[in-house]
Amino acid sequence: MTVIIKDTPINPYQDLQEYEETKLTKNNAIGASNIFIGTMRDFNEGDHVKLMSLEHYPGMTEKQLNKIIAAANQQWALIDILIIHRVGDILPNEPIVLVSAWSSHRGDAFDACRFIMENLKSKAPFWKKERLINEQERWVISNTKGYLTTKNY
Amino acid sequence: MSIKIRYFASLKDYIGHSEDEIIYEKALTVSEVWQQATQNKIKPQNTLVAVNMDYVSWDELVNDSDEVAFFPPVTGG
Repeated sequence: MTVIIKDTPINPYQDLQEYEETKLTKNNAIGASNIFIGTMRDFNEGDHVKLMSLEHYPGMTEKQLNKIIAAANQQWALIDILIIHRVGDILPNEPIVLVSAWSSHRGDAFDACRFIMENLKSKAPFWKKERLINEQERWVISNTKGYLTTKNY
Repeated sequence: MSIKIRYFASLKDYIGHSEDEIIYEKALTVSEVWQQATQNKIKPQNTLVAVNMDYVSWDELVNDSDEVAFFPPVTGG
């Protein structure tokens, strides 16, 4: 179970391959790997966004992400989890976050990955500031809801 | 006894700096910490608070050397 916060670009497929080769819990029982990659888009609230600065609360971020991982481990049979999150200045199309869950069965991997992502969005202390094409800067006020239903995760 | 206070993101802009320290004699709730540290500034709606990097409610009591952080709703991911 690994949490990485970095101010350099995430190369999701390379980072995953390296993790699988060097750090992933060695286990022939892995039957499912579920991967989520969040990237920066160049629009928000109808405006063109040219850059985003991600601030975080060092220490609390890791603490909260580890609590989310612990909660996921309570609910699903997981073999390993990797979270990588970017901070600092990010350009459109660059990855912001990677969450990967490994388990024996797809249900656990799918559901745990989603659970971790939704909890990260609502509990991990990161904040985005957008720079628009006209150089105006503004804080993102809140994240959009991840689920289209009223189901409470 | 002293408490370190930290502000993040838009709340840091609102307060005008990122850290404060207050010295106190009686037990304080985080609400009272906000009032003392900000000199009764109006608390923006939806402000969140953490003590020692865990979310707490506004009536939580703080202890000597605690770190109290105030910040807006999180927007990572």
